[in-house]
Formats: sequence, structure tokens, C-alpha cells
Amino acid sequence: MIYALAVFAPLLGAMVSGLLGKAIGDRAAMAASVGSMIVAAICGPLAFFQLTSEVAHPGVLDLGTWMEAGKFHVNWALRYDTLSAAMVAMVSFVAMLIHVYSIGYMAHDSFPRYRFFAYLSLFTFAMLMLVTADNLAQLFFGWEGVGLCSYLLIGYWYDRPSACAAAIKAFIVNRVADLPFAVGLALIFWKYGSIEFSGIFPAVAAHAHDTYALFGTSFSANETIGFLLFIGAMGKSAQLGLHVWLPDAMEGPTPVSALIHAATMVTAGVFLMARMSPLMEYAPYALGFVTFIGASTALFAATVGCVQNDIKRVIAYSTCSQLGYMFVAAGVGAYQASVFHLITHAFFKALLFLGAGSVIHAMSDEQDLRKMGGLAKLIPATCIVMWIGNLALAGIPPLAGSYSKDAIVSAAFAAHSAVGNYAFVCTVLAAFLTAFYSWRLLFMCFHGRSRADHHVLSHVHESPAVMLVPLFVLATGAIVAGWALHGWFIGEEWKHFWHGSIFNGPHNEIIEHLEKVPGWVEAAPLVVGVAGIALAFYMYMVSPLTPIRLAEKFGGLYRFLLNKWYFDELYDAAIVQPLMRVSKVLWQIGDATIIDGVPNGLAWLTSGSSRQFVKLQSGSVAIYAFSMLIGVVALVGLFMICR
Amino acid sequence: MNAGNIVGFPLLSLITWLPMVGCLVILTIRGDEKTIASNARWTALWTSLIVLVVSLVIWIKFDRSEAGFQFVENVSWLPEYKVGYKMGIDGISVLFVLLSTVLTPICILASWESIQTKVREFMIAFLILETMMVGMFCALDFVVFYMFFEAVLIPMYLIIGVWGGPRRVYAAVKFFLFTLTGSVLMLLALLAMWLQAGTTDIPTLMHTQFPAGMQTWLFLAFFASFAVKVPMWPVHTWLPDAHVEAPTAGSVILAGVLLKMGAYGFVRFSIPMLPLASAQFAPFIYTLSIVAVIYTSLVALAQQDMKKLIAYSSVAHMGVVTIGLFTFNEQGIQGGLFMMLSHGVVSAALFLIVGVVYDRIHSREIARYGGLADRMPGYSFAFMLFAMASVGLPGTAGFVGEFLVILGALQVNFWLAFLGGAGMILGAAYTLYLYRRVIFGKITRDDLRHIVDLSPREWAVFAPLIVLTMWMGIYPSSFTGFWDASVAAMVKQHVAALAETTKLAGVLQ
Repeated sequence: MIYALAVFAPLLGAMVSGLLGKAIGDRAAMAASVGSMIVAAICGPLAFFQLTSEVAHPGVLDLGTWMEAGKFHVNWALRYDTLSAAMVAMVSFVAMLIHVYSIGYMAHDSFPRYRFFAYLSLFTFAMLMLVTADNLAQLFFGWEGVGLCSYLLIGYWYDRPSACAAAIKAFIVNRVADLPFAVGLALIFWKYGSIEFSGIFPAVAAHAHDTYALFGTSFSANETIGFLLFIGAMGKSAQLGLHVWLPDAMEGPTPVSALIHAATMVTAGVFLMARMSPLMEYAPYALGFVTFIGASTALFAATVGCVQNDIKRVIAYSTCSQLGYMFVAAGVGAYQASVFHLITHAFFKALLFLGAGSVIHAMSDEQDLRKMGGLAKLIPATCIVMWIGNLALAGIPPLAGSYSKDAIVSAAFAAHSAVGNYAFVCTVLAAFLTAFYSWRLLFMCFHGRSRADHHVLSHVHESPAVMLVPLFVLATGAIVAGWALHGWFIGEEWKHFWHGSIFNGPHNEIIEHLEKVPGWVEAAPLVVGVAGIALAFYMYMVSPLTPIRLAEKFGGLYRFLLNKWYFDELYDAAIVQPLMRVSKVLWQIGDATIIDGVPNGLAWLTSGSSRQFVKLQSGSVAIYAFSMLIGVVALVGLFMICR
Repeated sequence: MNAGNIVGFPLLSLITWLPMVGCLVILTIRGDEKTIASNARWTALWTSLIVLVVSLVIWIKFDRSEAGFQFVENVSWLPEYKVGYKMGIDGISVLFVLLSTVLTPICILASWESIQTKVREFMIAFLILETMMVGMFCALDFVVFYMFFEAVLIPMYLIIGVWGGPRRVYAAVKFFLFTLTGSVLMLLALLAMWLQAGTTDIPTLMHTQFPAGMQTWLFLAFFASFAVKVPMWPVHTWLPDAHVEAPTAGSVILAGVLLKMGAYGFVRFSIPMLPLASAQFAPFIYTLSIVAVIYTSLVALAQQDMKKLIAYSSVAHMGVVTIGLFTFNEQGIQGGLFMMLSHGVVSAALFLIVGVVYDRIHSREIARYGGLADRMPGYSFAFMLFAMASVGLPGTAGFVGEFLVILGALQVNFWLAFLGGAGMILGAAYTLYLYRRVIFGKITRDDLRHIVDLSPREWAVFAPLIVLTMWMGIYPSSFTGFWDASVAAMVKQHVAALAETTKLAGVLQ
């Protein structure tokens, strides 16, 4: 089946380039990896279109038993429905483009490249396993698999201490969230007797009034599960509180940032919410929490994005913020809108990262926006695609973002709940800031006068075709994806299109209500977006000294934002350092002094006898055999006496 | 008297005593030192490989649908005391027999070059060790079990004490004293059980109901012995010392098989024979296990010696095992058993990983290394794979056990699952921190610049472990299928025993 081919081709590519890469050389390894990705990128979208055109029907492709223990049973299986197939199509296609782009981007790297391509393909495989999972255990397999690949790729340049630190940070912060996730799976198993989707979803309504005792009170079981799963999603999707790993993850090569930390992996949490919609619909408080965290993240990350000077970090915070938007949509029950934004975002955010990569490539690995400027004339193609990406991100019609982002803002408004209104205010404010930081980036990078030194400027060159072509393809996607897909995802055909793969509760009609919001709500994101652009134009083109004066005048606020609300410092002081100190104390005092004190004291008393033991170690087999014999005799004798 | 079994041949005795035959052969070797060493190595390797092949026959012929004991051999030994030489395996023990027979040839191969003094004696000690390990897992008579259980200590003690590092004597004596102290109490328990039941036949004992008051004392006596062997917190401190001083192969067997003896004892004796006391003491076990998981994981984080770090991680992993076994449900017990197996493979592999660089540089200090990825890509790959298995990445052996234990623990208590699962986070922290300091970074020391990657012999050591790690992760049901029936029977019996007591209590009221 072509669907399975789309999933497993990247695995084959990863194994060939990873295990044989050293033997067959970089070029062959690259060919294997990219070639298998091209196969996947043909099969993935094809399987999706077969489903939408009703040539193929939804189903499950069973691959065999995975785990069994008593009543517990999970299979390796590929789920084939609209949600999974749409994700497979997007992931395989974007991943293929990024593989191709990497050929050019990594060409001058000092490390052997087969390792990079093996990781990249392995990541794609894990991501595809995640989105095609038919049970939560396999989803967790993909979930952890992408985490591993993310770790390996962030730390790809392992000779840089900062890259190693960022890699470990990413893995551990994700693991902090994975523990509640795993416990949530256990709770599902206990309540539902299965963690396969076919076992959970039909039973949710019947378990709607189940309770679970925790913290001395009893909660709805579904609410508890919803909270636990969402905490897992917060880690992977870098939501407020657990977002700290994502900006640091920019230590990895830029194609990695584009694929993993923008287009695919970080959206896994959003996918989880959509996948688990049948359960989440019965967990209204958990959904309220999802909305609250999503809205807060959208605004928080946008504020931080406004003052960052590293081109990749600006885009990273932008990703964090856009993920917040997606969670807002999921939280108010508009899962379809969240997945729609997930897909359009994959196009324009991958485009922005790859564009940034093209800039960094041109600037001899310079990432600081303060040392750029005026690059539009030198690298016009990159400049154009970056403009397209930012227009899509800011939601300027008719580009992709305007369809999906506006739908989310409308959904927040249409929820008519307190948390929905909070989310509406946050997302509109964030839309303003998004436009502002996007154009701040564009102006600082491409326009105005150049702040780079001569040496760098003389080397600035447009990227090779192998990098530009993926950029153009993604730019096309960023322009048309919203217009082309919105009819299916959230427009008039949505019910037919989704075919029940996303569930909306009996009273959840938010998708129908999207079109019925007042005109000013629909116009709001566009208006604030244009205002944000205008402000950026004034501050960075008309009066370039304004930002500096503002930073001086509001020094406290500026430093607060520049240091990302001091989250890293807080965690370091409150968690990391105390734990390291505690671990030393436990070892040197707990183990070495207290626990060992007792036997060492005894040993001291019997040191005479231990000196006798030493004599036994003569190396003579006869003595060993003899001592064993004595032991056996002594034991049997003891037994005889004591009976 | 029935010396044979369904196969018509005492296979279990064969694999138990075959290594001893190898010892005799090695003893007959004559010649100069080099010849003796070389012949001793080859003899030991071939002996252990033959044992492995025979154990594979058992593995294939084993009937998975059967919950009881198979391949049973029974020879009367002390008939007047109803003590017999009885061997047999059920779904729980069969895989541990295999674990022992798989790890022994690997250890012999791993010691090929690193052991240069007293090679003949080393190989003999190892083969004796194999006999004792296999015998212990096969024994169906308590006295036979007890003798194997204790006799394992002797070759291990010698391996640490003779071929160990600079503080080997301290470590060996500590190892011996710690583990022996508990055993004395177990012996008393054994005698008490024999007095009560009139037999030392394990299957009979498993279906004997001991009075509730007696169960408490028996449980405590067993606990004293098994807890040290597991080892559970706070009687774990012998383990890091023993590991640090032991030669690589000694560490491998210690972590791979000997640590499983305590947990095996819990499954074989405490839980089926003493159901009431087990249920009564379960919260106590949970507490110690959770402390073990969190405490030793934190201690591991602070370690500067590679072997010590892995030793502490073993204690944390075994904490997860004891949580699983004492949940008394199928997921938890199967998870605990699987974790024992996977830890047997993965921690053994990690000690071999340390052994590789120790053979080259003669240091286990973490700070001594750094940047090995440049010179040793194959090694870095194997290390990463085992590190991830240790962390419990899905798709590797480590995940299945940990996940099943969490599933089982949640059925008991939320916090048991949550705190017991904390190893997921802390384990990732200390393992990746170790990996980073050894493998990543820039090479700063001259001798590391010329360090060579894995040799073909070393690949031969790691290849089976890599295959097992992936196999157990991707197709674990080919392992859990062995004990599914046995564990189901065990859980059923446990539930029935508890129900009976409650009913009895109801009648008395």
C-alpha cells in the first residue's frame, strides 16, 4: 500500500545512510536519503488525495503485535483517515523539500554529511509513525522518536558546548512533560481497558461521569486524562512554562529548525489534541486550560520575539506564538481550524526558516540582525520569499495565514466564554506584535543601510538553485495553501472532508459559527496587522533611533523581554541548581557517610577476619575449589544441625 | 524417581553442569603460560556456546501456553527429609536461564584481551558462575535453590577480589558481607517453612498456605536476603563499590544476572508463597522503591566515575522492577519481569561500553574523556543505542518494562505511577549528561586523538546485545508470551488468597 510506503521509505533511507554511510560515502548516502524522501513525498500526498477523492477508504493497516500483558494489548498499525493522511501528506512533502534544501545548505559542513541525512530521515519516519498511530502507545513511540532525533540534530555540531547543552535541555524538558503523558496513558488504560483509539473513542460518552480521586478530592476521569495529555503536548509544542527548550534548539543546523522546530515536530501536541478530540470534548475544564495556556503563550512569545536580535530566535519565538494560536483553536473546540493553521503554518514557517538559512548562508554564518541590513539588493530571491513568508505569517489576504489565523481569532470570539474572550484579546494583541516583529526582521535584515563589515559583505551571494527551488515551492504553498484548502478544512465541505476523523461534541457548533462573527471581529487581525507593519516601518525605517531611545527609557521592561521573562534564570535557580546540590549531598552524606557508616563500622570490627579473606586470593584453583567445597559442606551441615 | 522429563533427557541438569565439565577440561590443560591462557579462553568460549545452544533448544521446546513447570527432573536426594534434587522451569524462569547463557559467552569474549593474569582461573571462575546462575533459576527445591543462590557469591567474590581494581579487597568483602548477612535470615525462613510444610519442594510450597502471623516473619526474613541482592535502598551501597572494582565481565554478570536474583526471589517465593504478607508489606516496598528511583537517580547525576554512574542507575531501575512486582496485577508484574530482562541486557551492554574505553585508556573517570565521537563513530552509535534503551525510549527494550510498570502502578495509586516514573526524567538527565561528557565535545587529550574504534571482536560482543535490545523493543510479545500464562496464574492465586482471608475475617466477625 502506498500509504505504508510513505511511512517506511524514510526509515529505509535513514538506515542506508546511517548504517552504511561510512562505507558508501556521503554522496550515495545523500542519494539514498533524499531518494527515499522523494518516494515518500509522492506516496504521502497521493494517499491523501485518494482518500479525499474517495478512491480509497479510511481504515487501519495492521502490521503486527507490539506489546501484550494480560488484558493490555497494542499493535503496530497505521491509521488511515483524513487527519492522519493530511498530516502524512504535509510531513512527507515538507520534509522532502527540506532534505533537498539541505544538500545545498550542508555542502560546506566539516562533519561527514551522511549522519545529518540519516537523522533527518529517521526524524521523518518517527513523525510519520506519530501521525499514523492507531493507538496511544505507537503515538508515544513516534513522540519519543522525534524527541530523540530532535536531540541528535540540535546537538549535531557536537563540538560546540552550547549545542550539546541545548540538545540535553530539549530532551529533558520534553521528558518532564512526557511523564504526565505516560501516566495519562496509564489512566486511560485503567479506565477504558485499552489504549487503542478504536477501544477508547466509542466508550468516551459512557465514561463521561467516571471520577478519579486525586489530591484528596475526586475529579472527572476524562478531565484528569485531558489535563495529563495536554501537559505532554505542552512540552512537545513548547507552550508557556515548558517552552524554554525551543529557542535554544536553534543551535541546530537551520534546515533542522525548519523541519523539526517549526513545521512538524512541535505541532505534534496540536495533532494530539485533534486526534484525541473525542475525549477532549468531554473534558471542558481541560479544554479551558488548553485555551488559556495557548492564548498566554501566543502573547508571551510575541512580546519576546519583538526584542530578539538573533534572526533564528525571532522566528523561533514566532513559532512558539503560532503554536499558542493552534492551541487556542483546539481549546475552544475548533480542532479543524487548529489543524488548518498547523498545515498553512508548516508552509510559511518552513519557508521563513529556510529563508533565514539562506540569509545566514549568504552572510557567512552571521545570525545577528544588528549586523545585517540592506541585503535586498544582494540576495533578491531570498528577500522576496521572506516577504512572502512574513505576509503569510502576518495574515495579509489572500495569503495562507489570513485564512487560518483569522479563523482562530474568530473561533476564540465565537466561543463566547470568559476564557474565549481572554484568548480573543490575546490573539489580537499577538497578531499586532507578530506583524511588528516580522517587519522588524525584514527591515533590519533586508532594508536600510548595511551594518555588516566589508569582509562579510564581499562574500554575500545568492544561494544555489538546490536551495532556492524548495524556497519557491514553499512560497507557492504559503500563497495558495489557505485559499486552496480552507473549503475542505473549515469551509462548506468540512464535514464531508473530515469524515469523522475529528470529533465535535453534540453541542459544539463552533465551525458553523466561524462565518457568523461580527464584521469587526473578522477585520480585527488585518487591521492590527497593518498597524504593526506601520509601526515597524516607522521605528526601523523612518526613525531608526526610536527603538534605542525606547529601550533606554523602559530599560526594565526591555531587559525583561530581552531575557525572555527570566524563565531560564528562574528554572536554573529554582530547579537545576538545587537538584545538583541535593544530588551531591545525597551521595557524599547520604550514601558515603550515613548508609556506609554502619557496614564500614562493622567491617572495621572484623578487619582481622578480612585480612584472612585476602589470604584466600592466592590464585590457586585448588584453594578455590576447596573453599567452595567448604562452603557447600558448611551450608549442608548448617541445614542438618538446624532442622 | 524420574530423572528425565518430556524431552526424555535431563536438559536442565545438562546446561547447569556442562560448564563444570568445561572447568575440568581447562584444568587438564598443560603447557607454558601462553598456551594455557589461549586454550583456557577457547575452551571456556566453546563450553559456554554449547550451553547456549542447548538452552536455545529449551527455549524452542518450551510450551508457552502452560503455566506450570516444565522440563521437570526429580531425583530423590535426602528422602527422609523430603529434600530432592528437583529442577524445572516455568515461563518466569526460562528467560532468565537464557539471559545467563547468553551473557556468559559475551563476557568470556569481552575478557579475551583485558584479562591477562591467571587466565585459566578466571575462565574456571566464570564457568562455575554460569553453573550457579543457571542452577539457581532452574532449582525447584528450596534447598537446592538456596545452595545455588549462595554459591553464586563465591566465584563472584573471587572475580572481584582477584581480578578487580585497586580497592578490590574492600569491595569484595563488602559485597560478600552485605549479601551473606541477609542470606542467614533466609536460611532460617527456609527451615521454618520446611517445619511447617514438611517439604522443600517449591511447587508444593507455592500452594501451601502459611498462617498470617508466620507469613509476616517469613516475609521479613526473605526480604532481608532479597532486598540486599536487588539491591533496594538503603542496602544498595555495596553495588557501586563492587562494580567499580570488578573487571568488566564481572560487572556485566553482576548487573546482568546477579541483580535479578533478588527480584527473582520475590517473584518465586515472597509473592506466591506469602500473599498476605506481600500485600501487607507492599506499601513499604513501594516507599523504598520510590526512594530508590529518585534518590539513586540524583546520586547518579553527581557521579564522576562511569561505572559508578551506571551502578547507581541500576539501583534506580531495579526500584522500578520492585514497584512492578508488588502491584500484583498482570501489567505490573509482567512489566517488572520485562524490566529485569531488559536491564539485564542493557546495563550489561553499558558496562561493556565502559570496558571498551577502559581497556584503551585505563580510566573510568568521566572528565578524562570527551570528543570520542570524532574518533569512534561506531562506538558512539552503540553507546547512544544503549543509552537510549536505558532511558526507556520506545522501540528499545527499556521502554516496554517501564511503561507496563506505570500501567500497573496506576491501578494501585496515582503517585506510585508518577513518582515511580520519575526515572523517565532523571534517567534521561544522568544518561545524556554522561554521554555528552564522554562522547561529545572537542578532543583535548593527546591519547584520545589516537584512540581506535571498535574492533571486530568488540563488534561481535555488542552485535547480539544490539539485536536483543531492538528485538525486545519492537517485538516484546515474543518475550512476554513466555510468562503470560504463569503470571496470570500467579495473579489469580494472589487474588484468591486475599479473597479467602477477607472471607474468613468476615466469618470470624
